[in-house]
Amino acid sequence: MSSIIIKGGSLFGEKVADLAVSNGKIVEPSSVGSDAVVIDAANCIVLPGLVDLHTHLREPGRENAETVLSGSRAGVKGGFTALSAMANTLPVADNAGVVEQVWRLGQATGLCDVFPIGAVTEGLEGKNLAEIGAMADSEAKVRVFSDDGNCVSDSLVMRRALEYVKKFNGVIAQHAQDPRLTVGAQMNEGEVSSQLGLKGWPTIAEEAIIARDILLADHVGSRLHICHLTSAGGVELVRWAKARGIAVTAEVTPHHLLLTDELARSYDPIYKVNPPLRRASDVQALREGLADGTIDIIATDHAPHPSESKECEWQEASFGMLGLESALAIANMVLVETGLLTWRGIAEKLSINPAAIAGYGDHGSDLSVGKAANITIIDPKREWRVDRDLMQSRSKNTPYHGMQMRGVARDVIYRGSVVLRNGEVHNG
Amino acid sequence: MSVAMPAADIGRAITRISHEILERNGGLSTVVLLGIPTRGAHLAYRIAAEIAKIEGSPAPVGTLDITMHRDDLRMRGPRALMPTMIPKEGVEGRDVILIDDVLYSGRTIRAALDALGNIGRPRTVQLAVLVDRGHRELPIKADYVGKNLPTSHDQSIKVNLSEIDGVDEVLIGQVE
Amino acid sequence: MKHLLSISDLSKAEALQILDTAQELSRISDAPVKKLPTLRGKTIVNLFLEDSTRTRISFEAAAKRLSADVINFGAKGSSVSKGESLKDTALTLQAMGADAVILRHSGSGAAKRLADQGWMSGAVINAGDGTHEHPSQALLDSFTIRKHLANGTGDLTGLKVAIVGDVLHSRVARSNVLLLNLLGAKVTLVAPPTLLPIGVESWGVNYSYDFDATLSGMDVVMMLRVQQERMSDFYFPNVREFSGYFGLNLDRTRAMTNNSIIMHPGPMNRGLEITAEAADSARSVIVEQVTNGVSVRMAILYLLLAGANEVAQLAEVSA
Repeated sequence: MSSIIIKGGSLFGEKVADLAVSNGKIVEPSSVGSDAVVIDAANCIVLPGLVDLHTHLREPGRENAETVLSGSRAGVKGGFTALSAMANTLPVADNAGVVEQVWRLGQATGLCDVFPIGAVTEGLEGKNLAEIGAMADSEAKVRVFSDDGNCVSDSLVMRRALEYVKKFNGVIAQHAQDPRLTVGAQMNEGEVSSQLGLKGWPTIAEEAIIARDILLADHVGSRLHICHLTSAGGVELVRWAKARGIAVTAEVTPHHLLLTDELARSYDPIYKVNPPLRRASDVQALREGLADGTIDIIATDHAPHPSESKECEWQEASFGMLGLESALAIANMVLVETGLLTWRGIAEKLSINPAAIAGYGDHGSDLSVGKAANITIIDPKREWRVDRDLMQSRSKNTPYHGMQMRGVARDVIYRGSVVLRNGEVHNG
Repeated sequence: MSVAMPAADIGRAITRISHEILERNGGLSTVVLLGIPTRGAHLAYRIAAEIAKIEGSPAPVGTLDITMHRDDLRMRGPRALMPTMIPKEGVEGRDVILIDDVLYSGRTIRAALDALGNIGRPRTVQLAVLVDRGHRELPIKADYVGKNLPTSHDQSIKVNLSEIDGVDEVLIGQVE
Repeated sequence: MKHLLSISDLSKAEALQILDTAQELSRISDAPVKKLPTLRGKTIVNLFLEDSTRTRISFEAAAKRLSADVINFGAKGSSVSKGESLKDTALTLQAMGADAVILRHSGSGAAKRLADQGWMSGAVINAGDGTHEHPSQALLDSFTIRKHLANGTGDLTGLKVAIVGDVLHSRVARSNVLLLNLLGAKVTLVAPPTLLPIGVESWGVNYSYDFDATLSGMDVVMMLRVQQERMSDFYFPNVREFSGYFGLNLDRTRAMTNNSIIMHPGPMNRGLEITAEAADSARSVIVEQVTNGVSVRMAILYLLLAGANEVAQLAEVSA
């Protein structure tokens, strides 16, 4: 692995400085030789490698939609050096065996870190706790646990889970959706759903669980992470909790920062996602929540599905959208270009904070000497068009096909190796 | 466009046609007048009124819309339907006089014969037109003609009736 | 218009054109030969993926009166009931040369999916998609109202219509609200709070939980079918409470204004939302709705299919 020197980039969008990499670490620029690979980063933003805390890699069990390898390629293309593989695979990642399998598949790609997330309950059924301790002790060293896809709706089970992970400072990431209020739900409950005749998924089904879990986390003194926040009411609850010093963190997806339930009028299930797209007022509240720090991170909830699951009637279609390859551009257009966040702010939401929540020590660095060399170089002005047939992901279910984007990860360095160069993925 | 038939000529033609219908059918006892909308219908009402003046009693009169039986729908797209109103005497066993303003290719009358076939079985079907401009594409002939106006294909004929157009006249002109 | 998917796609002029055309076509039921040659050679497929007898037969009668060939697809035992996807079914119908597909489906939006995806080139007519819309039902309902209360011509300005029952799950209600508003009528929805959708404020209608208070002053009372299964989802406690508060019985029929009419899209649950006496009363036009359905569906098929595949225009009739 050769040394690298990144010249003239704007670190965190602030100071222009050179950055050098050798043997997997950031080193003094003066210490690398003239045989170092030179990456010209003029007019580019240099950030610590992006970290996704919510990725569905589908392997094992649904390799027709995505594999750890194809998902890693998609992640690298999107500027990520770390992904977190959600547990709703087949079989479910509720034991040391499956998480170690995912861990090893990730290691084998050499493209980025894949950290498995363990299930909270066996089979995601919400009844019995999964072997959380065993997963924490396994090679994968799982610290984040989530039944995502499902909600841990039983209050007692959620309480026990929150208590149990205190042993190793783990965190429960809750998919907040009261199942009794969302039976057969297809889209946000509101004006649009009433006109379209599609069964509604009311925001209170999210807010009620968030409220309960915030109080539980406070009561037992444990950390709580709220996955994919979608409602203005949810943002207010998290804001209230933080004001009281409760250890809650929250995430929002790029699609919930941009798209609304009006898109469902086309009945095109490319817009069908769980939790659903909401109203413009919710989108606005989520953006403001990011800006004022109420929402800690952006996570993609990258959810690949094969074409036949989306080419059908709305009711038949699967819930979920791709996210890895478009997240950065959306963050740029919706947050940086509008002045809501600086690039330093993007680094916090997409790298530093997620790494801190999950305990990924080698990620989200301050780009200082000695830190692991996980670096993303971003061209913030590059225009490109989303083409679902040209994605790294195995699936094509992006809601942005044909859309013009601005901002892209141009190069990515993972543990000192160049894995993305001028937008091309290179196997490490 | 120039006037091929002024109002007075139209009036005389209608009077003459009304007499001819009565003469040919031996009175009005078996006669039913059916005008093809839009202008054929107005002509039918005028002929009915004229017959009522001559015979002292009204002639059964109604309208027959032929839109659904046209053979050119495929080319032009669906058109609004006009009213079909068959008088209470019906058409069964009767001498039906179809009435239209202009006879040209004959396709409208073919469609009218089709439409009539769904309604009943007349004893005879006869045709009265205000203007016959020639160029038949089907073997159709008018029994009563207001005026023969031989034309070429690049000419157009327009019949104006006061009920709709405010004036009675037949115009002939060049198509651009 | 190329398809008929939703009332919201129609302009007022287009809606009136359908009603006026149906008016003329209704005379055919009096003719000895109930046949018009207009759609001869066209193939119309009834793709009924949800059970229905009356709507399918109505469309079939309409198509056959226009001399079209009708193919029925989707019965039990067909490939569709064996799980064939909508896409594959559509590709098959396209290969068979279907000029139009009349689709009834349990999923809201299914007709729009069939029309938009480019799987087939024919016209798509929505005969009921989930709880979204049932455009031909609304059109025949307005046709019926117009006939009784507006001299069979023009729009429905000033008429007051009550739509009563399970509005939340009713595609008939949604299509009717859109069409009645379009034609100038004033709609009041009557239902228990559990059966009015969140978001109904955006529909441009009044709503009330009190049937008796709303009843007088209505020109039309349109009862919706209530499914017994709704009781297990806690929409109302039992049949007795529902019929007591929201059912149309003889007393309520007597409280209606003179000349007002009773309607129901069928099939009725006699005893649940409507009693036998109310259904059979002199005010009831329920049976006539069925007859009008054929004329209205003939009008729809004629206007969508008689021309070439280009968009049809309101053309002047000339000799």
